[in-house]
Amino acid sequence: MNWDKRTLFGLAGAVALSLGLAMPAAAQTQPPIRIGVLVALEGAFAAGGADAVRNVELALRQVNHTAGGRRIETVVAPSDTRPDTAVRQARKLIEQDRVDFIIGPLSGSEGIAIRDYAKTIPDRTIINGISGALEMTWVDPAPNVFRFNLDGAQWGTGLGRYVVQNRGWRRIATVAADYSFGYTNFLGFAVDFCRAGGTIVQRFWVPLGATDFGGVIAQLPDNVDAVYLGMGGTDAINFLNQWQQAGAGTRIIGGTIMADQTVLTARGRAKEALVGTLISGPLAEDNPDPAWQTYVRQYREAFPANQRFPSPSLFGTGYYIATQAAIAGLNAVNGDLSDGQRRFNAALSSLRLATPLGEVSLNENRQATGTVFVNEIAEGPGGTLVSRNVAKVDGVNQTLGLTAAQFRAMGLPSRTNPDCRALGGG
Amino acid sequence: MTDVARRYPVWTLIVLLLAAGLLWLILTPWTPGIEQVLGRKRVFVNALFGGLTLGALYFLVASGFTLIFGLMRNVNLAHGSLYLLGGYLGYGVSNAAGEWLVAVPVVFLLVGLLGLLLQHQVFRRMEGEELRQTMVTIGLSVVLADMMLWIWGGQSYTLQTPDWLSGPATLPIVVGVDRNGAPVYMRFPQVRIAILVTAVVIGLGMWLVLNRTRLGMLVRAGVDDREMLTASGIRIQYVFLAVFGFGAGLAGVAGVVGGTFQSLAPGEDTRFLLASLVVVIVGGMGSITGAALGALIIGLVEQIGLVYAPTYSVVFTFLIMALVLAFRPQGLIGNRR
Repeated sequence: MNWDKRTLFGLAGAVALSLGLAMPAAAQTQPPIRIGVLVALEGAFAAGGADAVRNVELALRQVNHTAGGRRIETVVAPSDTRPDTAVRQARKLIEQDRVDFIIGPLSGSEGIAIRDYAKTIPDRTIINGISGALEMTWVDPAPNVFRFNLDGAQWGTGLGRYVVQNRGWRRIATVAADYSFGYTNFLGFAVDFCRAGGTIVQRFWVPLGATDFGGVIAQLPDNVDAVYLGMGGTDAINFLNQWQQAGAGTRIIGGTIMADQTVLTARGRAKEALVGTLISGPLAEDNPDPAWQTYVRQYREAFPANQRFPSPSLFGTGYYIATQAAIAGLNAVNGDLSDGQRRFNAALSSLRLATPLGEVSLNENRQATGTVFVNEIAEGPGGTLVSRNVAKVDGVNQTLGLTAAQFRAMGLPSRTNPDCRALGGG
Repeated sequence: MTDVARRYPVWTLIVLLLAAGLLWLILTPWTPGIEQVLGRKRVFVNALFGGLTLGALYFLVASGFTLIFGLMRNVNLAHGSLYLLGGYLGYGVSNAAGEWLVAVPVVFLLVGLLGLLLQHQVFRRMEGEELRQTMVTIGLSVVLADMMLWIWGGQSYTLQTPDWLSGPATLPIVVGVDRNGAPVYMRFPQVRIAILVTAVVIGLGMWLVLNRTRLGMLVRAGVDDREMLTASGIRIQYVFLAVFGFGAGLAGVAGVVGGTFQSLAPGEDTRFLLASLVVVIVGGMGSITGAALGALIIGLVEQIGLVYAPTYSVVFTFLIMALVLAFRPQGLIGNRR
């Protein structure tokens, strides 16, 4: 072999360098923890997904990228809200990037697919991002999947009782999108509404992505106090536009995504039909709770105004809380992820996590119990729409206040579930 | 008309009977028996009128598409982008002018000009190369879509209805009887009535121009036999320019109309391109009457399907297209070539 001087020097330097680098790592004794962030960065929720990445970063920055005495690294895996993509990306995170656990996914049907994938990797943990599918933690849940956000059915709770008791709206017709989240979100509203004595006169289910709702609007009965609309995005805008053109008529009760950023930032008069609409969901922008106010301030300070929303989105908040949970869990076990992460999982299960949305705890299905906010859409400055909090319900659990047996007997969300009459309504 | 009746007596009879039945359904009060089958009359009549309006919108988009194809054999896959561009421009113009009606001629001119530019600068250079033209139009639609996303962003836009058209109108059609026994008249959005009337006027105008003027004669001759028309000394390039500009302008106007009773957002361009493709395939490539018939059928099927079978309403459109392709591949009113 032909060693010349330069190579020798280089080699010596490299050895010295690697020794020098190895010293502090040895002092820390443990390698960094790798977290995979599974998030939809393409498709309908791309903007919300980008906000989720920002919020994971924010939560980690606040603890200086260290938890349980170990450094934290993140790997972002983009999906496109389709379940098969979510599973492919999760598999890539586990098998190629060798992450210790995953935070994600973002959308409903992704959550169900990830639940099934989780059963194949029992030694790894999955902390849900903001998927709202009831089935993720209700139907045959995986022992290593944790959800610190409320599900779509929980998001609907509180609104029904509020409209009956505070507004006296007892007879309603409903129009909602004909897919999993539409059913689930509606179920949460309807259970509450019917138990408070409300009557659902007629239910309409419209295909996702339909553009002309004239026929449905014409079918809405006249003798109702309000109409429940469970749609989102451009579907919601088209419906509201055509609803106005047909002479509007009655009051609106909205599903959780009826007043999301897509609808509130749309240009044109359609959204004006929303003024006075009551909706429910996991957050209220004007929540006076200091924890929420602090979080909003930190969010605004952390990113320049043109690189974020005016206030954290639903998706961002979900990922922020999931990251907070991961940090708290790691701190509780001192960064010990050995023994198939059993101790970490036990710590997560028993967390009483202080979040910007109030204290969150998990039930035996590892599903959060927490607060739901009822908000009213009002006109804000300069023709914008803002939502104002009018009521909140604390401690909404997975079975919406029913016993597990009652809830199970009701059946899974579908076009005909829940049966209003069986719940005491009409 | 009498020609058609003489050639297809059975079909004419069936169509006339159907039309009479429909008219009877619309005009007479319904008996409980009919209500049992078709639901409340208000719902049925509304779905019918809604379908007519939707058909009118589809006709506006598809008529330009079919004209361009009929004359130039050019499948302009950027037609949907012209629709969306027209809608966005219409939003800007009607906001700046404060009047919806101003948007219609302005958008027609602007998008028509873009059409002229496309024909003169792009398609003229690759005349007769159908595959190349098709690929170029796909490319153009992608570029236009990204540029529109850049300028107008991802949020959705709705054009403001003019005040004199907002709200519903009461039509002299009795749809039911209220509790006191007084007749209830049908209420239908004024905007939709206006759209329907506009489409009928434009359709009639196109028919007149095509059948009664020299330009129309040239276009018809060009559709039938382009080479022969060129050989007889006509400057066919001018005819091409006129047709392309007009078709593009019409797509732009359709964008204004569509943005008024639906909404504009990225993705609407491909949706309307697909709709006009289906309409033109059902009606027959290159025929204005075919486009009108196809648009009517597709619009009605979408609306009535949404009311009576919401789950399957998406399928019906393509089912009809498949049936037409299977049994009458040239379209309902199309010439076999």
